[in-house]
Amino acid sequence: MLKAEINITLKRTVADPQGLTIKHALESLGYKDLGDVRIGKLLVIKLNLKDKKRAEQEIDQMCKKLLANPIIEDYRFKIEKE
Amino acid sequence: MKFGVVVFPGSNCDQDCFYVIKDVLRKPVKYIWHKDTNLDGLDCIILPGGFSYGDYLRTGSIARFSPVMKPITEFAKNGGTVIGICNGFQILLEAGLLPGVMLRNRDLNFICRYVYIKTENNRTRFTNLYNAGQILKIPIAHNEGNYYIDPAGLKELRDNNQIVFRYCSATGEVIDQYNPNGALDNIAGIINRKGNVLGLMPHPERSAEKELGSEDGYFIFQSIIKWLNRKRTW
Repeated sequence: MLKAEINITLKRTVADPQGLTIKHALESLGYKDLGDVRIGKLLVIKLNLKDKKRAEQEIDQMCKKLLANPIIEDYRFKIEKE
Repeated sequence: MKFGVVVFPGSNCDQDCFYVIKDVLRKPVKYIWHKDTNLDGLDCIILPGGFSYGDYLRTGSIARFSPVMKPITEFAKNGGTVIGICNGFQILLEAGLLPGVMLRNRDLNFICRYVYIKTENNRTRFTNLYNAGQILKIPIAHNEGNYYIDPAGLKELRDNNQIVFRYCSATGEVIDQYNPNGALDNIAGIINRKGNVLGLMPHPERSAEKELGSEDGYFIFQSIIKWLNRKRTW
């Protein structure tokens, strides 16, 4: 069995109001050395597959078809043995 | 002529749309369950507002893979009349039937109130009973209405007159101050290039009777009826 961890984040060019709000909250807690704060999604998908290459292809397709919206989001993933 | 109102798990404006067509406009209408794939005899499909599939992942992203969306895509490609309201608009975007995408409202709040929108294009089958530039008072109720498209896409929308409604003041000023959600270019509603698919965030079905505070939305449905009638006699 393989396990895929997929990170989906808004593209750099797209404003992230949630990230900005969190940044302000952190600053109000006294953290002054902050750059950009961006928020995203983490998906963990288990696959009944042994072939890592095939798993990569499938996850990539899943991201393109459903999991990420290419207009506003970037994704990256890693696949490991469970 | 017959209308169809699609019901997804989590739709919550389906009954309002049904009511307006049946009891206010007095036209035949039926519900289409999201697992149905038969659109026979329907002239206009309404994708209503709500929270289809709990808005999980992204608004509209799961609904767009419902079985009913296949025949609707076919219907739209053949020139059939499709209107997506609020979540219905979000579904049309995810399905690629309209260009662009919705982001969260810029202030992160769910906004539920009346807004004013300006009719930027009254030469459509959805807006033919409005005057050019007519200002409408119609409520919005959404968390993801912050329309976004890349600069090339925006240019295309403008060049082809696809921006049908823009948020504005009561007197029609289209400026950022009257933009409730941060939508690019104050966009509240767009149409596809062919002109048969409209998506808008405001709720015309909630403003189709004077008793409810505004009947400005009524004329969207009435425009569709006028257009469908005219088409028959051609």
